[in-house]
Amino acid sequence: MEEKLKSLAEEAKQEVEEAATLNQLSNLRVKYLGKKGHLTSILRGMGSLSTEERPKIGALANEIRSDLEILISNRTRELKHQEKEKRMASETIDVTLPGKPFLMGNKHPLTKIQQEIESIFLGMGFNIAEGPEVELDYYNFEALNLPKDHPARDMQDTFFINPEVLLRTHTSPVQVRTMEKTVPELPVKIICPGRVYRRDDDATHSPMFTQVEGLAIDKRITFSDLKGLLAVFARQMFGPDTKTRFRPSYFPFTEPSAEVDISCVMCGGEGCRVCSQTGWLEILGCGMVHPRVLEMSGYNPEEVTGFAFGMGIERIAMLKYGIDDLRLFYDNDLRFLAQF
Amino acid sequence: MNVSYKWLQDYVDINISPQELADRLTMAGVAVENVHYLGEGISDVVTGQILKIDPHPNADKLVICQVTTDGEDRHQIVTGATNIREGHKIPVAKVGAKLPNGLVIKKAKLRGEPSHGMLCSGQELGIEAGLMPPEQQNGIMILPEDTTLNINIIEYLGLDDYILELDLTPNRGDCLSMIGVAREVASLLNVEMRMPETVVKEEGEETANLAKIDIEAPELCRRYVARVVKGVKINSSPSWMQQRLMAAGIRPINNIVDVTNYVMLELGQPLHAFDYQNLAEHHIIVRRAKKDEPIKTLDEAERKLNESMLTICDANGPVAVAGVMGGYESEVTDETKDILIESAYFDPVSVRRTAKALGMRSESSARFEKGIDIGGCVRAADRAAHLMQQLASGTVTKGIIDNYPEPAVKKTVKLRPSRVEHILGIPVEKSKIVDILTSIQFQVQEEGENLMVTVPTFRPDVSIEADLIEEVARIYGYNQVPDTLIYGPNTQGKRSESQQLLYDIRNILVGCGLSEVITYGFVNPKVFDMMNLPEDSRFRNVMALQNPLSEEHSVMRTVLVPNLLEVIQKNQNRQTQNGAVFEIGRVFYSEEGQSLPNERSVLAMVFSGNTEKSWNNDSEPMDYYFAKGVLERLFAAIGLKDINFVRYSDPSFHPGRVAAIKSAGEMIGVLGELHPNVLENYGLNHKAVACKVDLQDLMDTGLQRPKYQQLPKFPAVDRDLAVVVKQDVNTQDMLEVIYKAAGKILTSVKVFDVYQGEQVPEGCKSQAFSLLFQASDRTLKDEEVTKQTDKIAQALNKEFDAELRK
Repeated sequence: MEEKLKSLAEEAKQEVEEAATLNQLSNLRVKYLGKKGHLTSILRGMGSLSTEERPKIGALANEIRSDLEILISNRTRELKHQEKEKRMASETIDVTLPGKPFLMGNKHPLTKIQQEIESIFLGMGFNIAEGPEVELDYYNFEALNLPKDHPARDMQDTFFINPEVLLRTHTSPVQVRTMEKTVPELPVKIICPGRVYRRDDDATHSPMFTQVEGLAIDKRITFSDLKGLLAVFARQMFGPDTKTRFRPSYFPFTEPSAEVDISCVMCGGEGCRVCSQTGWLEILGCGMVHPRVLEMSGYNPEEVTGFAFGMGIERIAMLKYGIDDLRLFYDNDLRFLAQF
Repeated sequence: MNVSYKWLQDYVDINISPQELADRLTMAGVAVENVHYLGEGISDVVTGQILKIDPHPNADKLVICQVTTDGEDRHQIVTGATNIREGHKIPVAKVGAKLPNGLVIKKAKLRGEPSHGMLCSGQELGIEAGLMPPEQQNGIMILPEDTTLNINIIEYLGLDDYILELDLTPNRGDCLSMIGVAREVASLLNVEMRMPETVVKEEGEETANLAKIDIEAPELCRRYVARVVKGVKINSSPSWMQQRLMAAGIRPINNIVDVTNYVMLELGQPLHAFDYQNLAEHHIIVRRAKKDEPIKTLDEAERKLNESMLTICDANGPVAVAGVMGGYESEVTDETKDILIESAYFDPVSVRRTAKALGMRSESSARFEKGIDIGGCVRAADRAAHLMQQLASGTVTKGIIDNYPEPAVKKTVKLRPSRVEHILGIPVEKSKIVDILTSIQFQVQEEGENLMVTVPTFRPDVSIEADLIEEVARIYGYNQVPDTLIYGPNTQGKRSESQQLLYDIRNILVGCGLSEVITYGFVNPKVFDMMNLPEDSRFRNVMALQNPLSEEHSVMRTVLVPNLLEVIQKNQNRQTQNGAVFEIGRVFYSEEGQSLPNERSVLAMVFSGNTEKSWNNDSEPMDYYFAKGVLERLFAAIGLKDINFVRYSDPSFHPGRVAAIKSAGEMIGVLGELHPNVLENYGLNHKAVACKVDLQDLMDTGLQRPKYQQLPKFPAVDRDLAVVVKQDVNTQDMLEVIYKAAGKILTSVKVFDVYQGEQVPEGCKSQAFSLLFQASDRTLKDEEVTKQTDKIAQALNKEFDAELRK
C-alpha cells in the first residue's frame, strides 16, 4: 500500500507540473484529492492494514495530501501569473498617440503680464484702482500739472471727443481720482492698470495700448523708497539678478522725475542687439509726486509726500516673451494667442 | 540738438572720452541718445590737386585726370565728374582708401585706361547732401584754392569729431545751446567754463537814430533787442564755421545768415538778420497779425496769418513770423549791405501754436517754444555783431536798442536742506547742496538753516523748491540714493470683489476652451449696419472722436461683438477656421447731459466652427448649445444661481435661436446664433454664435458664495420619464412644472434625450427626463416615488398635453 501511495504521489506530482491551464489543475485536484479521488480510494483500503501499519500509512497519506495541495496551489499561482502576463502583453498600446484634446484657451499675453504685475504689487500692499477710459481734460492733464498749452502735451498726441473730453492718454488720471476720493485718509497705495489711447499708429506705436500706473502717498515716502520698490519689482518681474538704474527725466506731474532702466533681459548687461549694445533697457518712468498735483487733489504737500510710476505693459510683455512686433497684440491672430 | 565734442571744448576742458561724457550727461538728465564719429569709415583720403585733364580715348563721358597729392607724386584717375577743372583742389581717395559707404579703392581699369584712386564728392565722404551748399551737392567737392596738399581729409573737413545727439526732455531748453551743455559738463567734471569772446567795436551813427522798435503786443514779445551792422560784405563763412554748422545739421548759406545760426547754436538765442535797407522806414513793429494777413516767407511760400500769431512788421506790413520764419522781402541777399539783427524773447505758447498752425517747425521755433533765456538777448546780439564785424567786415553802429517793457525779476526760491532729505530719503550736506547749485550757476545765499536760491534766467523750468531738489538730486546722482522700502504700517493688497470676478471669469472661460482677445475701444460706425441694428437702436448713440486716425476707428464702441466677429473673420482669412474667443472690455454709452459716457464692463464671446477633431475625439459644432454650456458652466462657477434663458428678439440674431439671459429675473445679456445677414456682412464661412453679458448688471444681481449642504444620509431613487409634447414647448417651462408637481423630494432633473422622427407624431418631440428623488430624513419608499412620478406626468399632461411615452 505504501508503494501504491508513493507511486500515486509521483504520478500526481508529474501531472500537476505538466498542467497547462487552471481548468486542468482543478480537474487534477478532483482526480486525486476529491471525495472520489485516487487518494481517497486508496485510503478506503486501509481497513485491511494491521494496526501497526495503519498510523504509518495514515501519516504518509496525509503528507501526500498536503504536499499535493501545496503543489497545486503553487502551480495555480504560477498559471494565474502567466495568464496575467499574457493578457497584459496583448493589451499593449501606442503610448505615444496624442491624448484626448481637452478644450483649453489662452489668456491674452497682455492680460497675463498685467496679472503678474498686479500680483507683485498686491503682494507689496498695493490695491488696484480703476478709472474711465473716456476722461475729462481736467483729470488727464490739468490736475496733473499740464495746463492747456503746456509743451509736454505734445508728447501725448490726444484723441478728443470735444475740447473738454478725451480718451485718456495715460492711466495717471486714476491717481488723481483716487486721491480725491481718499483725501485726507492715508496711506494711498494703488496701482491702476488699463487701456490708454494716443494718436499714433506705426510699427512701434498702437493707438490703444495698456499701462500700469502706481501711486504711494503717505507722511514720509521718499525717492529712496521709490527706488527700493521698483528694484524689488524689477527683480520679481525679470529675475533675481536684474539690476535697475535711475536716470533723471521730466514729467510734469513728478518732481524729481526719473526713467528706470533694467539690465538687459537678453544679455544680462553685456550689450546686445535688443539693448542697442548699452546693456540697459528702459522700462518705466517715475518720480516724486509734484507738490501741485498733491495740492490739487487736496493733500498738503508739506505734510505728505509720495511717488508715482507708470509703465507700458506691451513693453514688458515684449521683453518677457521676446515679441518683436507691437502690432501682434491687437491683431488677435489665434496662432499668436495660442502661444501663451 | 547735435553737439560737437570738439566745439564743446571751446567752452570747457574735457578730459574724458566722448562716450563717457555722453553717459555722464545722460545720468545727469541731459540724455544723449547716440554718439557718432564724423570720420567713421574714412581712411587714406587726402587733399590733392588736378594737374591735367585729358579726354578718355574710349568713352565720351569719362575723363582722365593726372592728380598729385603731395606735389610730387602722380596718380592717373579716371572720372565721370563734370565740375572739375585743371588746378582744382579736391579730396583724393588713394588706392587702398576706405569710404564711409564701405567702398575700398583698388587699382582699376576704366574702359582700358588705368585708374589709381578716386576723386570724392561730399556725399561719398558721408556728408548729407542737404547740408552742402547747392553748388557742391552735385559732383566732386571743390576745395578752396589755398588748400594745402596732402592733408588727411578727416582733419581738413573737421570730421575728426564726435557728435553727441541729445534727446532732451521738454524742460531742458537751456541745453539747446553749446554753452548750456558746456555748463552741465563743467558742473559734472567740476571745472570752470569759458564764455565765448564778445568784443563789439562800435563806430559811426547812433543805432537809436537808425531804427525804431515798437512792441504793440508786449504779452507775446517781452523783449526786443536790435543792433545794426553796416557795410557788410556777403560771402561764404569760413570753413570752421561751416563745419560746425554742418555738424549740428544746419546748411551754411552766407556769412551773415551763418552767424545768426552759429550764435543760436552757441547761445541758444534764435536771431534774425534783416536787410536793413529793405525795412520800410527802418521801423520795426511787433504786433499781432490781422486776420488773413499775407506774408511771403523765406521759403517763398505765401502764407496767411491770423490774430493769434505774432508778426514782425515794418512800416508796410509783416516782414517775419515772430520766432518761426523770416520774410522773403527783407531776406539777406548777396546785395545786402546793412543788417538789422533781431534778438528777441517771444512767448513760448504763441510760437508753438503759430509754428504748429503754419506747419513750420524750425530750429528757431523749437527754442522759443521751450523758453529761451530772456536775460541773454543783449549778449547774443553783441556776439552776432562781433562775428559779423570779424567775418563780414561790418561796422557796428553805436549803441544797442533794448526794448524791454517789463524786465524779468529773477526768481528766488527757498530751499530747506531738511526738505531735501525728506524727499530724497538721504541727508545731503548743506555745503554739498550749495556746491551743486553753484556749479550750475544758481546763486545761493544761506539764511539760517535754509538756502535762498536765485534761479538764473536760462532756467525758466525751475520755479519751486521741488525743482531745486531735482537739480540737487540729478547732479548728486540718482543712483547714489540707496534703495529702501516704505516705512510705516503694513497695508494689505487685495483684488476687490469685482476685480476678482473678472479675474475668475477669464480663468473659467480659458478653461472652457476660449481664447482671450483685446480689441480697440473705437470702432467703425458701420458696425451698426453690419450688425443689422435698426436706425433707432440705442447702440447707435455713440461718442465720436473729433480727430480719429481713420473712419474705421472713429466712434467709441457701444457693442463688443462686432470686434470679435472681425477677429474671427481675420483668422478665417488666415486659414484658422475654428475659433472660440472672448473679450472683457469697456463699452461706452453716451448719456444725455453728461460729459462722460457710462462706461460698462462687458463680456462678449463668439464661437464659430467646430471643436478639434482627433483620433479619439469627434469634432462637435460650437453651436448655440455649446455656447450655452459654457455660459452655464461660467455662471455655476462664479455662484450665479438663479439664471434663466428666455426666448428673445434681437435683430443681430437668428430669430429662432436667441435668448435673453436673465439673472434673478433681470436681463444681463443675450445669447444667440448670429443672423445670416450678419454672417454675410462679416464674410464668415460658418455659422457663429455670440453672447454678450453686462458684467455690472451681472454683479448687481448678486453672486452667492458656495454654502455647504449636508451630504445625504439616505439613498436616492431615480426614475426616468419620457413624454411626447408639441415641439415648441420650452424645456424651461416643463422643468418648472416638474419641480412644482414633485415637491421637496425631487432633488434634480436632467434632460437625457430629445428626439424627433419616427414613432413621434409630426410637430412633436419626445423628451426624456431623469428624475432623482431623495429625502434628508428617511429612505424613500418605492410607492412614494411612483406616486410623485405619476403626479409629474399628470401635471405635464395638464399643462402641455404631454403624453407619457411607454
